[in-house]
Amino acid sequence: MGAFSYFPQTGEDIRVMLERIGVGTLDDLYADVPADFIYKGEYDLPSAMSEQQVRDFFEGLAAKNARLKVFVGQGAYDHYTPSVIPYITSRSEFLTAYTPYQCEISQGTLRYIFEWQSMICRLTGLDCSNASMYDGPTAAAEAVRMCVASTKKRNSVIVSARLLPHVIDTIRTYAKYAGINVVVSDKVAEDVAEGVLDLAGVIVPSINRYGIIESHLGLADLVHGKGALLVEYCDPSALAVVKTPAEWGADIAVGDGQSLGIPLCYGGPYVGFMACTSALMRKLPGRIVGQTTDASGKRCYVLTLQAREQHIRREKATSNICSNESLMALWCTVYLSLMGPQGMRKLNTLCYEGSHYLHDALLATGRFERVFEGEFLKEFCLRPLCDVRKLQQALLDAGFFAALQTEEGYVTFCVTEKHSREELDWIVAIVKSIK
Amino acid sequence: MKYYDKLIFELSKPGRTGYSLPEVPGQARNNDVSSFQPKSRNPILWRESPLDLPEVSEVDVVRHYTNLSQMNFGVDTGFYPLGSCTMKYNPKINEEIAGMPAFTGLHPLQPTSTVKGALEVYAGMDKALAAITGMKHFTFLPCAGAHGELTGLMLMREYHMSRGDMARTKVIVPDSAHGTNPASAAVCGLDIVVVKSKEDGLVDVEALRPLLGPDVAGIMLTNPNTLGLFERDIKEIAALVHACGGLLYYDGANMNPLLGVVRPGDMGFDIMHLNLHKTFSTPHGGGGPGSGPVGVADKVVPFLHIPHVSGFHGNFGIILRAYAYILMLGREHIKMAGKLATLGANYIKESLKDCYKLPIPTVCKHEFVFDGLLEPNGVSTLDVAKRLLDYGFHAPTIYFPLLFHQAIMIEPTETESLETLDAFIAVMRKIAEEAATDPEMLHAAPHNTPIGRPDETTAARQPVLKYE
Repeated sequence: MGAFSYFPQTGEDIRVMLERIGVGTLDDLYADVPADFIYKGEYDLPSAMSEQQVRDFFEGLAAKNARLKVFVGQGAYDHYTPSVIPYITSRSEFLTAYTPYQCEISQGTLRYIFEWQSMICRLTGLDCSNASMYDGPTAAAEAVRMCVASTKKRNSVIVSARLLPHVIDTIRTYAKYAGINVVVSDKVAEDVAEGVLDLAGVIVPSINRYGIIESHLGLADLVHGKGALLVEYCDPSALAVVKTPAEWGADIAVGDGQSLGIPLCYGGPYVGFMACTSALMRKLPGRIVGQTTDASGKRCYVLTLQAREQHIRREKATSNICSNESLMALWCTVYLSLMGPQGMRKLNTLCYEGSHYLHDALLATGRFERVFEGEFLKEFCLRPLCDVRKLQQALLDAGFFAALQTEEGYVTFCVTEKHSREELDWIVAIVKSIK
Repeated sequence: MKYYDKLIFELSKPGRTGYSLPEVPGQARNNDVSSFQPKSRNPILWRESPLDLPEVSEVDVVRHYTNLSQMNFGVDTGFYPLGSCTMKYNPKINEEIAGMPAFTGLHPLQPTSTVKGALEVYAGMDKALAAITGMKHFTFLPCAGAHGELTGLMLMREYHMSRGDMARTKVIVPDSAHGTNPASAAVCGLDIVVVKSKEDGLVDVEALRPLLGPDVAGIMLTNPNTLGLFERDIKEIAALVHACGGLLYYDGANMNPLLGVVRPGDMGFDIMHLNLHKTFSTPHGGGGPGSGPVGVADKVVPFLHIPHVSGFHGNFGIILRAYAYILMLGREHIKMAGKLATLGANYIKESLKDCYKLPIPTVCKHEFVFDGLLEPNGVSTLDVAKRLLDYGFHAPTIYFPLLFHQAIMIEPTETESLETLDAFIAVMRKIAEEAATDPEMLHAAPHNTPIGRPDETTAARQPVLKYE
């Protein structure tokens, strides 16, 4: 096998290096490894490909995926990605950097994380934010752990049954091994009032799995009256127009930054966010960036409050999280900078107008009926009166991914600024063709 | 690198925009959309407080973030001898593959009939990683290394619970372990028992023996360990842990020197994670996104689907990049990857041991640890690290592992040329000379970076965590 483009060592280089080390061969460097652990077989891998062959290989796989127009949300929203973002995030100074431990040569990363934290605070109305979490569901699971850690000798949480299914599943998974008691409830306020013993926290959606914007009027007082914390799971794009976690009185806000222009990408990478009141600041998991000055008085940014983290506190850390989703936080920060307050309101207007247009037109076909009376923004649920399988297939055949069925048998639709009226009319026409 | 002082908020001017959206149907062009006005039946549902985001043009955004990027150091900028972080070159073809619209446009809940190409990526990666590690199957849900550790420990608990073996609540972790190991065990509801290392840096098998019993769920090991030493007693350790009914977890953060040489499955490990953003060349992104797939041996396979540790299917975009890397390596080049990484580390070690204190002088694997300067003259490891920045190198990992007070942990990776290593060695020697002649200058380093040393105390005591 000849030279390989990622390995710069020539045969002569290897000889020089081995000589300095004082061994004869590369294998001698593994003399301390018991001989039977040295793998002597042929690795069951394809033969090395050229770059062109790799490209062809993936183009072959790509051709096996259907290119669909997406009209489903359920935690992954098809919003438009402005061209600027991938250009910025693919700058190698951002892309190929490590976690900003050496702040003197990482001010770029530290600065954008500080901007991200500031924007998350402004969207949620809360006091402080961390540098990011893996995704929304893990942020929710960490928030539940934070509730238990922040309240004395309390170990139960009430989880709204109207959170997205994958969020509930992730919370349950984390809670199971941590020994936290999870009560999944479809009547949260009643369950809080009736009293779950040792209640540490309550987590509710801002916009629920059916697309309905929830009212949490009075809930924070009720939860706080029981000595527990209130967590709200939010869509950050929608927070531009819907009531904020701070306005509802929540202590912690979590959610997925994906709706801020991150491509669907079959579920990841996305980015979780977490914000909280200043009282909970030192309970936050993960990295936090703070502002300070350098020796000459220049404003600068550093990783701070590290006494919470695993590399310092080991098993006593607030979380085990280390690498998070820094580059995706940059993605969202650039997105929010481009959109500004006007863009975010216009975007939500387009989602609202488009989704209501489709909702009303679908109802008018007589193939569906209403399930919920509540207000929605971009995603909604209907009860189908037609053959759902046939409908889904007809939509797929036309290149649309829409009418995803929920556990209850409802179908969901999601309309964003990417969708034209012509496309919506086309969906309605397909629906009409289904008996 | 140059210093640039602005935050995006400070460029804001009311009325500027950087977005381009279609007009709202049915509304006049240039209609004032500054107020969102839903035909709402329930006015309390809407945001009351103003949305104070920056108002900037597209050009402002591009220049601002380009300027920020110029205060950053990446693998493409220069050498990153960062121990336990495996900062290898990030191939550019990987980025193009991950950016293909046929992959980025897939919704995670699409029917399987419409995502056959994506499913083949998962199947291909499962097979490739199994071949490389000697494990049976992988789950791709974990989004980072620590997330993989947590998932792996959950699987360890599922295995014991399925056997009705509920008393196994302890996990053994060496004192040299990565900080994430004990932290992940704690998040997983396990108690941590620390096993000491011997003078030679390896796990003390005699100290391990009395810790083993019916309450032990397993042991977490990284091999080679954080001193870069291969745990040569692994066969005996595996036999002891298995004999007591426990499982062995392999922390894949240090897998790189074994890539193409040794398979963790063959050493007796039952569960492991890989850091695709280390061993498999995907970019670190300034702290993620990564990917931490978890592989298991036969007996743990039945539980692999149980922990639902993230939203959908893990970080698909990262998995794509790693797959492209594996296909470029192929079964031929993979055999050289680990060996060349080990070669580079030993070359640096042997070239500097007359200036820096080498507490454990044996052959290392991908990384090794110095315990500060041989003749410090008051110069600390922090001073050395900061001075390296002046010379255009990233600093090594410092003050870790905790076994040595002045630890300097160096890992070069196989993608660094002899010339790069020689340049680094020359600078490290120069810093050793500077320590003898001008220690004050080193205490104040770095001198040529966009900022000097920060006031971290004030940052922590009076936290300013957002722009106001």
